[in-house]
Amino acid sequence: MFELLSFGDSGWGDDLIIGALLTIRLALASLSLGLLFGLVLAMMKLSRLAPARWLAEAYTLFIRGVPEFLILLMVFFGTEKAVATVGQWLGFETTFEVPKFAAAVAGLSAIFAAYCCEVIRGAYLAVPKGQIEAGLAVGMSRWQIFQRIRVPQLWRFALPGLGNLWLVMLKDTSLAAVLAIDELLRVAKVAGEATRNPLLFLLAAGLLYLIMTAVSDHLRARMEKRLNRGMAR
Amino acid sequence: MGYQDIKYAVSDAVCLLAQDTTPASFAKYCPRYIDGILVTVELLLLSSFIGFFIGALVAVGRVSGGPSVRSLAWAWSYVFRGTPLLVQLWIVYFGLGSLGEEQLGVLWPFFKSGWAVGLAVLTINTSAYIAEILRGGLATLPPGQYEAAVSCGMSRGQAMRRILLPQAIRVAWPAYGNELILLMKGSALVSTITVMDLMGQTRSVFARGYAMETYAYSAVLYLLLALFLTLLLKMVERRLRVGGYP
Repeated sequence: MFELLSFGDSGWGDDLIIGALLTIRLALASLSLGLLFGLVLAMMKLSRLAPARWLAEAYTLFIRGVPEFLILLMVFFGTEKAVATVGQWLGFETTFEVPKFAAAVAGLSAIFAAYCCEVIRGAYLAVPKGQIEAGLAVGMSRWQIFQRIRVPQLWRFALPGLGNLWLVMLKDTSLAAVLAIDELLRVAKVAGEATRNPLLFLLAAGLLYLIMTAVSDHLRARMEKRLNRGMAR
Repeated sequence: MGYQDIKYAVSDAVCLLAQDTTPASFAKYCPRYIDGILVTVELLLLSSFIGFFIGALVAVGRVSGGPSVRSLAWAWSYVFRGTPLLVQLWIVYFGLGSLGEEQLGVLWPFFKSGWAVGLAVLTINTSAYIAEILRGGLATLPPGQYEAAVSCGMSRGQAMRRILLPQAIRVAWPAYGNELILLMKGSALVSTITVMDLMGQTRSVFARGYAMETYAYSAVLYLLLALFLTLLLKMVERRLRVGGYP
């Protein structure tokens, strides 16, 4: 039975690995885009402009209350509709298909950003007040306090939360299987159907996900240790 | 009148009330959305309730069991939190389910039903998260609490049930609230194993006309559900605050 998992033409082992690599690429792309977007949202939430705060609050409220699956489907079909509408409006008769990978990254990073902005906001505010006062006392401007005291410590305070969100997103990439993206879960499903042995392949996919989350967790612990070196516990 | 009839009666009544105030494209499929919500709520109530007890057992096993119980409880949390819910659902429904009637025997009716598999997997999945949350809550309690309970003559089980768990639940309640919302959102995935919950109904309505409003209505309904849950959790949180504890 296990020769089905071997590499090469006869087995599906290499296909599963390629699927897992696509999963990682999907997650990494969504992480970088999501961090960027999350940073903007966090800035909006900390902003003195009330409408910016409201907008960011409304956005996180929406993402937190709507299933990830529904958001992905909305982004996927929504962009397709939008492109078609714009095309029609400009007079094109387009049958342009939105790349599925891009749609999945957009959806996953939109979800990531909503949770990530809270973590960044919390990390920003976690700097003890005494340090800010000390900065003021030695005559720093607001900008200097921001870039010399707050930003260097942001990463250290944010890392545990971001690590959790990364694990959540890594697992959420499996939803892309429903959009027919050939990531790990879909490869496993297809292989299972082709060989009439779905249990083996889905278990193999589960094991690969477990390995990916375990490695991520290990890396996070190491990074945390590194960031906290020289810190009194 | 069976349970199913009551559910139909509820959705008919709600839709009758809503038909004049909601857009026509919603009113047309209203009973389907409401049926879907009822299935989602049903799954949510059952899985969070049963999952809570399993989670509490696992958490207690984690902190006060023998070495083998401890590692079993650890593995439970680790495996079910380390793999995607969708993978777990598919392993049981498409994987184990593919063994068929001959090999599964009396278990076949369970594996055949998307609803039953969905409920079981959601329950197990949430129990793993709840166990981790409660374990965190138990870890915040000073060791003197347990020692005092035991020196009053309580057994370990009694100390756990009467003294430690109630306090751990109070500490862990906000985190539990988050998990409940995540469970509600995760429950949408049962639609991939043929369950007609709110997401299942939404997808089938969407397949009829590819109207984006379908998703928008569904999103609003999920948001209302999340809002309702949040209010409920806040109410319980207020009740849990007794005896001068913050």
